[in-house]
Amino acid sequence: MFDITRRRLLSASAAIAFTAGSVLPAAAQSGTNGEGVEPPVKAAFVYVGPVGDFGWTYAHDQARQCLEKNLGDKVETSYVENVAEGPDAERVIRQLAQEGNDIVFTTSFGFMNPTIKVAKQFPDVKFEHATGYTTGGNENMGLYNSKFYQGRAVLGTIAAMMSKSGKAGYIASFPIPEVVMGINAFQLAAQKVNPDFETQVVWVNSWYDPAKEADATNALLSQGADVITQHTDSPAPLQAAEKAGAIAFGQAWDMTSFAPNAHMTAIVDQWCPYYTKRVQALLDGTWEADNVWLGMAEGEVEMAPFNDKMPAEVKEAAQKIVDETKAGEYEIFTGPIKDQSGEVKIPEGEVIPEGDLLKMDWYVEGVKS
Amino acid sequence: MNIDLLVAILMTIAGAATPLLIAALGELVVEKSGVLNLGVEGMMLIGAVTGFAIAVSTGIPALGALGAMIAAALASAIFAFLTLSLMANQVATGLALTIFGTGVSALIGAPFVGITTSTLGPIFPAALANDPIGRLIFGHSPLVYIGLILTFAVWWFLKHSRAGLILRAVGESDSAAHAIGYPVLKVRYLAVLFGGAMAGLAGSYYSLVLTPMWAERLTAGRGWIAIALVVFASWRPGRVLLGAYLFGLVITMELQAKAAGFNMFAPEFLAALPYLATIAVLAVISVAKRGGVAAPACLGKPFRAAA
Amino acid sequence: MMGFALEPRRQESRLANIAAPVIAVAATLIVGAILFTLLGHDGLAAVWHIFIAPLFNPYRWQDLLVKAAPLAMIATGLAIGFKANVWNIGGEGQYILGGLAGTGVALATLDMSGAWILPAMILGGIFGGMAYAAIPAFLKVKLGVNEILSSLMLNYVAIQLLYYLMRGPWKDPMGFNFPQTAMFSGDQTLPYVVPGTLIHLGVPIAAALALTAWGVMTRTVAGFQFRTVGAAPKAARFGGFSASSTVWLALLIGGGMAGLAGILEAAGPFGQMVPQFPTGYGYTAIIVAFLGRLNPLGILVASLVLALTYVGGESAQTVIGLPSAATGVFQALMLFFLLGVDILVRYRLVRLEPAKKTETAEVSAPKTGVARA
Repeated sequence: MFDITRRRLLSASAAIAFTAGSVLPAAAQSGTNGEGVEPPVKAAFVYVGPVGDFGWTYAHDQARQCLEKNLGDKVETSYVENVAEGPDAERVIRQLAQEGNDIVFTTSFGFMNPTIKVAKQFPDVKFEHATGYTTGGNENMGLYNSKFYQGRAVLGTIAAMMSKSGKAGYIASFPIPEVVMGINAFQLAAQKVNPDFETQVVWVNSWYDPAKEADATNALLSQGADVITQHTDSPAPLQAAEKAGAIAFGQAWDMTSFAPNAHMTAIVDQWCPYYTKRVQALLDGTWEADNVWLGMAEGEVEMAPFNDKMPAEVKEAAQKIVDETKAGEYEIFTGPIKDQSGEVKIPEGEVIPEGDLLKMDWYVEGVKS
Repeated sequence: MNIDLLVAILMTIAGAATPLLIAALGELVVEKSGVLNLGVEGMMLIGAVTGFAIAVSTGIPALGALGAMIAAALASAIFAFLTLSLMANQVATGLALTIFGTGVSALIGAPFVGITTSTLGPIFPAALANDPIGRLIFGHSPLVYIGLILTFAVWWFLKHSRAGLILRAVGESDSAAHAIGYPVLKVRYLAVLFGGAMAGLAGSYYSLVLTPMWAERLTAGRGWIAIALVVFASWRPGRVLLGAYLFGLVITMELQAKAAGFNMFAPEFLAALPYLATIAVLAVISVAKRGGVAAPACLGKPFRAAA
Repeated sequence: MMGFALEPRRQESRLANIAAPVIAVAATLIVGAILFTLLGHDGLAAVWHIFIAPLFNPYRWQDLLVKAAPLAMIATGLAIGFKANVWNIGGEGQYILGGLAGTGVALATLDMSGAWILPAMILGGIFGGMAYAAIPAFLKVKLGVNEILSSLMLNYVAIQLLYYLMRGPWKDPMGFNFPQTAMFSGDQTLPYVVPGTLIHLGVPIAAALALTAWGVMTRTVAGFQFRTVGAAPKAARFGGFSASSTVWLALLIGGGMAGLAGILEAAGPFGQMVPQFPTGYGYTAIIVAFLGRLNPLGILVASLVLALTYVGGESAQTVIGLPSAATGVFQALMLFFLLGVDILVRYRLVRLEPAKKTETAEVSAPKTGVARA
């Protein structure tokens, strides 16, 4: 039995050596110069979590389904969930390219390097990576991300207007720029309402640990915070806030069902418009590698319906920020902005450039972490 | 520190400790009978998803908790059949059970993502829990009291009941127990099923009390902490109680300290602490073996009676 | 009434040795197909796409080899210990420590160049794994601490150590605060052995190690003595190995091989150290070891079968929309069945001697304990 297996192994590697040089990037595609891909476009999605996380991955999968609805039989989608960041991701992405997909969306930061590697080997397949900062020079790879911080400014405004204690609790995952800028946007907006407002951050060092997120929420509530917001993926903080009669906000998706009284609104990740646009571009033959950071104006970031329990003037103020952001008249990262030590970091009237936001590693005044 | 804060902290500690306590007490009985079941995490997940599914379908959370126990006990029966009847390796079978539970719970739970259910709330009338002290005594979920009662029950069972004596004999020397005429395999079967039921109940605490929802891998590795806890407690129910509440205390105080703006330890150190402490306890009890309680002598070894 | 009982075999049955895994896999396919049909999926398609289709796709072969290599390496090391009755289930932690130790060498030599760097990293990885496995070995030999429990606990400590290093001291200063190290340099990266593919140096190393282990365990006196310690500790005392040197040897070999697998993964497919580095290889390797019946050659096959479940599971997701949880269920079923049929290898079913009275037969049956359930 062993001999057979070994022979098979040897011949297998020989076959790979033979095929690899010639036909590895063989998936025959059209659509490079102005000529659209014949429908249906095959679009594949790589997810870091399970589609049942009701957070980050769930939102991407909802967008995938929405894309199918929008483009009907002009698109065929598939996905791979629970893909570990690293070699497994590279294998999955390569497999999707080899299986004849026209475009592959990779939806976690840790998929960046694997996507770059595979994109190099499959020049005829398009790749889109969410939240990364480089394409490694690939012309068939795009980057996309959402300005979630615009939504954080809305949350900060609501928080400061509704809080009695003037203190919010912030359940946070890891201090990467994305999370840091969210905390800062929240605090800056709150400060505009109440200059003494404080945001207490608790790092739970996990994107997803419902029990710990709930316990952290309870700790914050017992220490005087009466508003809870989160940059982790489970609805646990909302549920804990609901139990304690505090207010809170959903993450990535409308989570009202988990906390009908506490849930004021949520930042909803709407990836659907982007996915639809990119696949349509592929059909039209107009797809080009891009690096986009889209926000409310493009419909990428949405607020879930405001809770009826919100007083009218709070709703109004929140809606105003949404409207002004959409119109391009509101930018939360406009100076003067002081850092935690009280020093002016951004002078009056100056706006933090996007490039600096994407590597933000300092906190504004009033953030306690 | 005002009394409200103190009570809030104590209640959080009880909440964090209870599922670990229940799961660990179940595993303790299993290990006392000489069987090592590393499938606790898998059984907890099966319990969590079953409990939630039943609670949603029937609207009765208590029925969910009951179903969680039954489902997890059924899962543990697979383990029991393989390791006891077929004498399969317990470590490997336990690992397989965890992988199985993780996968099966995700499959069962898929239709239940994104919804919530009524919780297994306090059993005492709300009027009793109006002031802080009342809340501390009467304001918990029934599982918190069950955990405390269970500690006493397991202690009494092992120490003072005849059945408990037989169970310990089976765990310490299966061949001797068999020679006296004790039904070694039957005892172990019952112990494993009990352990499964308790893991299921503990799992349902997450999906019915702490965070009433289902999402994949809801228990986030707590089953392994429960296994560590049994060893940490050197196989004594009272110390399991102590250990579970100590663990709850460390978790809660870490988060309280952070919420108050202090970051004293690297969080990774605190996360590793239960396991480091368990290794230390293992070393200490092994040194003091003559005086103290060490691992059940037959732990992890298959039993086959000589004909 | 006729009773049956199980009787231990003097020697493991060769036929059963080979038949058992085959039966287990076959049963997995059948039960898996039925189970997933009941769950509302296309059960037959699930089996086809996970277990069969990838074998016909040359693209997938290299994926299988790359995925199987670390599993085979760790499992071979663990199996050597299991044969000697040393239950090291700390492969995951030793794998991590191997990766970390090698990464430590890499970060210290980031600005240097030379062909010596990669070997130094690999040596560092082996030592890292061995040093971590030395903890349960020491506790076992000196204090009698159960190595199952101590090595399991150390897995979790290793993960936290990794998180700490990624979040703090070893974080890439140019990496936008993301918790991961800098990418390794060219001199620190594992070369590919088949140009144009993903097959890196770790693949032939894994195969060579398994073959060597097989040769040593079955063809040398030392290997024989080592196995005897596991089978009959008292008898072996008169032979070459003492019980304590067996524990040391078993854990150091297991730790060294897991550590080697760790640094080869880090220097190969990862090319850097990240918090997502541990993906449960240390635990999967235990499955592989058992599926391979603790025989290094069997382990080579078993590691490919496990790799197949991962690779096939991914394509089943895209092709028929099977959830990823299905992979775990199939793996667990396979192990359940293997552990179940394993009994045929060690025992044989015998018909109980027709006794004078049927009652005696009935009485004696329960006593075997096995025939009963």
